[in-house]
Amino acid sequence: MSDALHISEKALPGGLDIGGVRADFPILQRSIHGKPLVYLDNAASSQMPQQVIDRLVHYQTHEHANVHRGVHTLSQLATTEYENARHKVMNFIGAADAREIIFVRGTTEGINLVMHGYGRAFLKEGDEIILSAMEHHANIVPWQMLRDEKKVVLRIIPMDDTGELLLDEYEKLFNARTKLVAITHVSNALGTINPVREMIATARQHGVPVLLDGAQAAPHLPVNVQDLDCDFYVFSSHKMCGPTGVGILYGKAALLEKMQPYQGGGDMILNVTFERTTYNEIPYKFEAGTPAIAAGIGLGSAIDYITGIGLERIAAHEHALLNYATEAVRDIKGLRIIGTARHKAAVLSFTLDEIHPHDIGTILDHQGIAVRAGHHCAQPVMQRFGVAATARASFAFYNTFEEVDALVAGIHTVQKVFA
Amino acid sequence: MDPRELYQEMILEHNKKPRNFGVIAEANRHAEGHNPVCGDHITLHLHLEGEQIQGVSFEGHSCAICKASASMMTAQVKGKTVAEAETLIQEFRDMVTGKLDTKTQPHHLGRLTVLAGVSELPSRVKCAVLPWHTLHSAFVAQETASTEKEF
Ligand SMILES: Cc1ncc(COP(=O)(O)O)c(C=O)c1O
Repeated sequence: MSDALHISEKALPGGLDIGGVRADFPILQRSIHGKPLVYLDNAASSQMPQQVIDRLVHYQTHEHANVHRGVHTLSQLATTEYENARHKVMNFIGAADAREIIFVRGTTEGINLVMHGYGRAFLKEGDEIILSAMEHHANIVPWQMLRDEKKVVLRIIPMDDTGELLLDEYEKLFNARTKLVAITHVSNALGTINPVREMIATARQHGVPVLLDGAQAAPHLPVNVQDLDCDFYVFSSHKMCGPTGVGILYGKAALLEKMQPYQGGGDMILNVTFERTTYNEIPYKFEAGTPAIAAGIGLGSAIDYITGIGLERIAAHEHALLNYATEAVRDIKGLRIIGTARHKAAVLSFTLDEIHPHDIGTILDHQGIAVRAGHHCAQPVMQRFGVAATARASFAFYNTFEEVDALVAGIHTVQKVFA
Repeated sequence: MDPRELYQEMILEHNKKPRNFGVIAEANRHAEGHNPVCGDHITLHLHLEGEQIQGVSFEGHSCAICKASASMMTAQVKGKTVAEAETLIQEFRDMVTGKLDTKTQPHHLGRLTVLAGVSELPSRVKCAVLPWHTLHSAFVAQETASTEKEF
């Protein structure tokens, strides 16, 4: 591969200054096993630009104190910055009200919060929840826990061989006992972008609220929760250039107000005696204890960074990368792409001959290429496609066409080793 | 490290043509080994007579490292006693976790030392060790019982 900073001419139609973008990410400058890093594991976690790193350093250097509880200057400063980040999130996903933005630990915790606060509080034996066949374990296991506790029923939307959900089957799953739809916006294992707007409209007709797992969508395409009309939307900071340890649960205010708190403790109360406690208003009702303040502020800064580039531009560049990669691997004998939906995010999941994905991952790693190998926390997807695991290259806006070339060359090397 | 240092000829060869792959009819012990992270899944069939390993075979889906390790393990422990095999299990684990330097310290691993390179790949240690853990479970399992163990 050429210089990591090389500006690809092929990238220019997307309108992205790829050289400038790459220069923002110090980690992209490093090498792995003596080769330039080719980071293609963005669906697992993305990298952080210097702007966000600097923001974290600035916060810890000049602004840190606990939030919402001090009259002193630093506490007020930290609180202001933290609440500013909440507003940035609100604008980022087009929410109407900052009270609808709840800071959680990540997508997983956001879904668990809804399971507890909504599912445990309102669902009864025999009630039904609709999930899809392509969910991440984070959007399966909490609902199974609820199933075992409350004897609710889980109904699964099937998918076809390309990795598209069967919408006719979806419609048939609704009945009077359906109480929630919880589906992924974009599949992490297949890349499928689900037609969530249509699917939400269907649920609306049945008066059923919808939770969208936006972990793989928020970093890659413009999301507007009001436009989508979803009831809950969850995503993670660390997949969109922000720090780990923070994520967002968006919920419609009317629903959040009805819901039970998830954890008890400081910050989520108005008044406590040993006899009774009055809960705080939303969103604080759901934010017990000292939050990941720096991470929250870092997420705000990541949002500034991403919106500075523009999600349309990001989506266009990533789409071009995906098309280029899909074409490039088409000629590799024995390579099977898992997930060929018409609308896809930049995820290329594949198997290669009889070579186990773990071996693919190790050999690519020795060429500096980071991909994920395994079941991607989506074992039902693997079962659906009859594979134990896949190798997955997932792209971000800072990836280049040269890196796709490096991946292709890497796959050829894998085949040579196993020839 | 060049990938070819890990994926040496002998490992690739055992991966392609694993020894003792399949089911042996006389087996009286069975154990399953499962690595949930990567989906490696093997079943071990063991024919024990007293303390003597009369026969051993394996089947299942796994990566090359796991399969080669299982193949070479079965070849090595056939005819040995349980105690001798337990020593090998310990030595193999020590080798791939970097606690045993097979170049300077005494051991009984023989050609299994081709897998020593795994100690430099923390993410792959479990792949190499899985067959050995499974063999150990087969020893301690009740006759014909199978254990589902996650490592
Ligand atoms: C679709 C999807 N849902 C949920 C998650 C879980 O996210 P987190 O681990 O940040 O909670 C992930 C990330 O792995 C994901 O890709």
